[in-house]
Amino acid sequence: MKLVIAIIQPHRLEYVKEELYKAEINLITVNEVLGHGRQKGVTEVYRGVKEAGNLLRKIRLEIAVNDNFVEPTIKAVIKGAKTGETGDGKIFVMDLEQCIRIRTEECGSKAIG
Amino acid sequence: MSSFREECIVINYVDTLFVLISAALVMLMTPGLAFFYGGMVRRKNILSVLMQCFVALCLLSVQWIVCGYSLAFAPGNGFWGGLSWIGLRGVGFEPFSDYSSTIPNQVFMIFQMMFAVITPALIIGAFAERMKFSAFLIFTLLWATFVYDPLCHWVWGSGGWLKHMGVMDFAGGIVVHTSAGIAALVATIFIGRRKNLEHTPSPHNLPFVVLGTGLLWFGWFGFNAGSALAVNSVAVNAFIVTNTAAAAAGLSWALLEWIRNGKPTVFGIVTGSIAGLATVTPASGFVSPFSGLIIGVLASIVCFIGVAIIKPRFGYDDSLDAFGVHGIGGMLGTLATGLFASRAINSAGANGMFFGNPKQFLIQCAGISVAVGYTFVATCIIYKFVDIFFGMRVKEKDETMGLDLTQHHERAYTVLE
Repeated sequence: MKLVIAIIQPHRLEYVKEELYKAEINLITVNEVLGHGRQKGVTEVYRGVKEAGNLLRKIRLEIAVNDNFVEPTIKAVIKGAKTGETGDGKIFVMDLEQCIRIRTEECGSKAIG
Repeated sequence: MSSFREECIVINYVDTLFVLISAALVMLMTPGLAFFYGGMVRRKNILSVLMQCFVALCLLSVQWIVCGYSLAFAPGNGFWGGLSWIGLRGVGFEPFSDYSSTIPNQVFMIFQMMFAVITPALIIGAFAERMKFSAFLIFTLLWATFVYDPLCHWVWGSGGWLKHMGVMDFAGGIVVHTSAGIAALVATIFIGRRKNLEHTPSPHNLPFVVLGTGLLWFGWFGFNAGSALAVNSVAVNAFIVTNTAAAAAGLSWALLEWIRNGKPTVFGIVTGSIAGLATVTPASGFVSPFSGLIIGVLASIVCFIGVAIIKPRFGYDDSLDAFGVHGIGGMLGTLATGLFASRAINSAGANGMFFGNPKQFLIQCAGISVAVGYTFVATCIIYKFVDIFFGMRVKEKDETMGLDLTQHHERAYTVLE
């Protein structure tokens, strides 16, 4: 079991979701985050006071998958999120120790799908 | 006879107060429109919409004082007011009897200023989320000066040729809603679709849309009843007709959605109300409350078809339905005036087709054709001019990031704190 975390541009979320559904990956958690990598933030000015290098809005996806779904998940996220510009985001993949479905108390890979 | 009339001109302070308060009500409509539109865009663009509405209020208030009022309302010839009232020269406390013999010319001027402000602001709905701010300023200024001001003179101004022809437009079905709506259609076609629209963006803050609608409805009493320019039966009737049409239209839109889509929506009922208000505007001072009710129902049916069926079929991206609601509503209402107008309601008007005067309907059709034709051509020219010299549309990257950050260096909502 792996946990795939992807940071993407907000306006690409709908495309990523579409690609994930096509790959039959239906279980995702989404939240809004702030950050920047190589892409610099935008200067903001409030009543003449400059705030440089502010953080940009990004979307963070968490997708828990069984091992055979890791590659399709990564491919789907890339397909949906890639524009070729700086700021497209990153994908992190990490081992997932345990997964429990609360309703049935099932554990492990059964609980993910 | 005319010298006798001039001797009788005495300012009526109740009328004056009424029109001043109406002017303040109409002023509030522009910030109302800002929230109405602002709630509909994605949240990265709300400030840009609020800013465009607010700057229209500032910019056009100044333009009106400098030259707008003179171009629109000075007693020039049939086609423009001329320059005799430029900088408000000669516009004083004495009434100008062609407009009203009971309120000061200055009061009429400030009341009309608020119409001149909101009309160009209505067009914002067409190009929201992708227009460059600097280009917006120039476009708005040119449009107000070369489209709104002349058209206003033709329909309402002293000696205006459409007024002379007998075209009836009580509070702005042609001057405000048709002209803004047609300009919106031109702008939306020229500027093109928004990027990343494959997934239709949902309104980011529907409560703002409802708030804006509330302010607009409230202000509309000044817009329509105030257009009587006096405390009389026409003003009271217009007040009632306005409310009736808005209510009937809101109900019908919600019902249409209920039947067609399974659920009535908040967005639907407020859109319907605005469609009803826009549609009844030209008719409000000429028709009975019951006719107003029918006009309200018609407004929702026709605008619903425009927004939900025609727009998707043709694929133009009128972001916030400036054409679909104001353009279509304005034209429909102007035609409806030619059907439902009754001299029993307003003896200064004419009867419509349903009251034995089918000719009025033809006059209304002619009025609309002229307004649509002129607005279309003039807006095309102004748009192309601004686009060639300044560029109308923001860079694709800026559009993606949002106009708030890229055009104004601000953001509306924080994520942290």
